[in-house]
Amino acid sequence: MGLSNEWEWQDEALIAKADGRIDGTNAREFQDALETVIKASDKVMILDLERLSYISSAGLRVILLAAKELRQQDTKFAVCSLSNSIREVFEISGFDQIIPVHASLAEAIAALKD
Amino acid sequence: MMGQPYKILVVDDEPDLQPLMLQRMRRNIRSGRYAFVFAQNGVEALVRLREDEDIDMVLSDINMPQMDGLTLLEQIPKVDPNIRSVIISAYGDMENIRTAMNRGAFDFVTKPVDFKDLRITIDRTLRHLEEWRAALAARDQLVALQNELDVASKMQQSILPTQFPAAPGYQVFGHMVPARNVGGDFFDVLRLDNGQIGLAVADVSDKGVPAALFMMSSRTLLKGAAIGQGAPGAVLREVNDLLCEDNETAMFVTLIYAVYDPATGELTYANGGHNTPLIVHADGSSTLLPLTGGIALGVMDDLPYQQRTITLAPGDTVILYTDGVTEAMNGAGEEFGTERLCEIFATTPPKDSREAVMAIFEAVNAFAGETPQSDDITCLTFRRSENDA
Repeated sequence: MGLSNEWEWQDEALIAKADGRIDGTNAREFQDALETVIKASDKVMILDLERLSYISSAGLRVILLAAKELRQQDTKFAVCSLSNSIREVFEISGFDQIIPVHASLAEAIAALKD
Repeated sequence: MMGQPYKILVVDDEPDLQPLMLQRMRRNIRSGRYAFVFAQNGVEALVRLREDEDIDMVLSDINMPQMDGLTLLEQIPKVDPNIRSVIISAYGDMENIRTAMNRGAFDFVTKPVDFKDLRITIDRTLRHLEEWRAALAARDQLVALQNELDVASKMQQSILPTQFPAAPGYQVFGHMVPARNVGGDFFDVLRLDNGQIGLAVADVSDKGVPAALFMMSSRTLLKGAAIGQGAPGAVLREVNDLLCEDNETAMFVTLIYAVYDPATGELTYANGGHNTPLIVHADGSSTLLPLTGGIALGVMDDLPYQQRTITLAPGDTVILYTDGVTEAMNGAGEEFGTERLCEIFATTPPKDSREAVMAIFEAVNAFAGETPQSDDITCLTFRRSENDA
């Protein structure tokens, strides 16, 4: 749970996948794992949330930190494939206005390509 | 590196052992690692232990006049439970060795004493003692930290309102139950100019001490802005800009702030990324307060915050809450959810703001059962009186 070990490159985009629940109990772990991926990323990083079932505000904070860090190192960032409940969390907190949200991985890759 | 030598009390009624020990252990004594003190029997040993608090371990024979080694073993913890003992027994005397071990001896050596083996045994005992002491120190630190957390928790609880403004036209009541002893939720009720009432409920990302500090500053900024600015949209904008300054940790707070005007029955609110509040009407039906599309505070500066105004009908109850209510889980891993929240009042509409808060806590507790609370639970209700027209 948290960040899956399987991350992959598609052209210039680094794709990381979150799964299970991210809350106060594993947010720290998630942050450390994401940190490693951020360091490895280059021009584009996408966080695939398809298998994420729950995220608390502590988890959102980690994604926000990641977005800020990626902006500083000039890496484009987006999240994709949100379930309805995760999408709702992004909408209520207003995070969808700060972090680009895409319906699918393919859509995210296409949008960040150029 | 070397501090005080370890002090070892040797207990034996044979007069030869003392010079022999000092002779064979002379290197360790000279290097400052060991220091020896001696006693002839158990009674004398206990006197020594009471007089000298620096003794780290006891090396004792079993058969001695007045008080034997096995009896001594039982007495030592009463003087100091952290002293470790090693027994010297006759070779093959398993019965006494077992008794000694059962009475708390750390190890044993056999006669005739092999001093090389004794040195290894003493070192092993002292190493164990060091680890034990480190564990005790860590525990003490933890207890001290726990005490500080308790103080922080009390401070946090003490800033939440306990007296609520009331008038013939309305009632307010709020309550918070933190998940851990220091939480990230808060609520506030403010008396503003012209008899207006400010209502706030907020939830800081994460919990623990950093969240509590962020919560304290959010609450102070909100209070300042609310008294200065008035309009909820402008209040959120100001608090957000101030929270964004030097926010390296990327903490944020979701906050809903509403102002009620008793003269008109109007409720004006702005929402910074917080759960949508609920209005329960006099007939038990409920509606969600329309969204205003604001972003959680502390995320990005220079953002506008829209505000909206609705008019509360007499008998309407506004329920502001944090996600600790709707995301409370039961044993089956289901969330309490907004629907269950609405159902509480569907058949028994709230008659009173305090009663409404209590009904919500009761329903959440009944739903969660034995499942431990994972998030702070906060609820603030505002009710426009039925006869206020």
